[in-house]
Amino acid sequence: MVPLNYYLILSAVVFAIGVIGVLIRRNFIVILMSIELMLNAVNLTFIAFSRFLGSMEGQVIVFFVMAVAAAEAVVGLGIIIAVFRHRQTLDPSEMQLLKW
Amino acid sequence: MAPALILFFVLAALLVITSLMVVFQRNVVHSALSLVAALFLIAMFFIMLHAPMVGVLQILIYAGAIMVLFLFVIMLLNPVALERRRGVWWGFGTVAALILGGLLIAVMTGTEPPPDPMAATELFGSPEMLAKSLFSDFVLPFEIASILLLVAIVGAVVLAKREH
Repeated sequence: MVPLNYYLILSAVVFAIGVIGVLIRRNFIVILMSIELMLNAVNLTFIAFSRFLGSMEGQVIVFFVMAVAAAEAVVGLGIIIAVFRHRQTLDPSEMQLLKW
Repeated sequence: MAPALILFFVLAALLVITSLMVVFQRNVVHSALSLVAALFLIAMFFIMLHAPMVGVLQILIYAGAIMVLFLFVIMLLNPVALERRRGVWWGFGTVAALILGGLLIAVMTGTEPPPDPMAATELFGSPEMLAKSLFSDFVLPFEIASILLLVAIVGAVVLAKREH
């Protein structure tokens, strides 16, 4: 059987890759996709702990994380469409009206 | 080496590669397709961890519904201009993420596994067990999630509507 730590390290690596995406990419859609990647890394941790503790709660929480992630993706993409219609760009550094 | 361990390492290597492709591909469509592959691999891990129901939901909801939504938005917006590369930000971002990843790995390596990992019963992770948990202890969050999804639907329609 694969030890618990292997799963935890794998999800830490995937989470860090998602963080790289959020920090260095300058495209709203790719940033949203990196956030989905980070959410999935955390889901993997939940499922691994659920398996190794023998409790169903982790799986139920992953179910809720999926529901929230779906809502987040829908609203985020709606905002992207609205912003793109006004500015014709997907570059977040172009949106700087609130920057001092 | 045990077959389960070999399978784990093959899938883990593929997952890391596809995740890196999500972040480092310059074409948005290629990133989206790599993300589909990464989500499939995570569903494989769920199934390996005795969570078949959640794994199937992962494929249906994530790799199916959410990624189709992403691809539709990419198709609608057609972002032709490739983004400019910024060396400084790439350096800072990569270093920051490497530090974060190193810290996380350090913590995760020190995690003591539970002394006696319970042997999975036949029913563990099945739809019955999930539903029992979902509709007894987690009824209130379940109902709140349905309201959240309703709000998200209305919000998306209002946000994306063309203004006249």
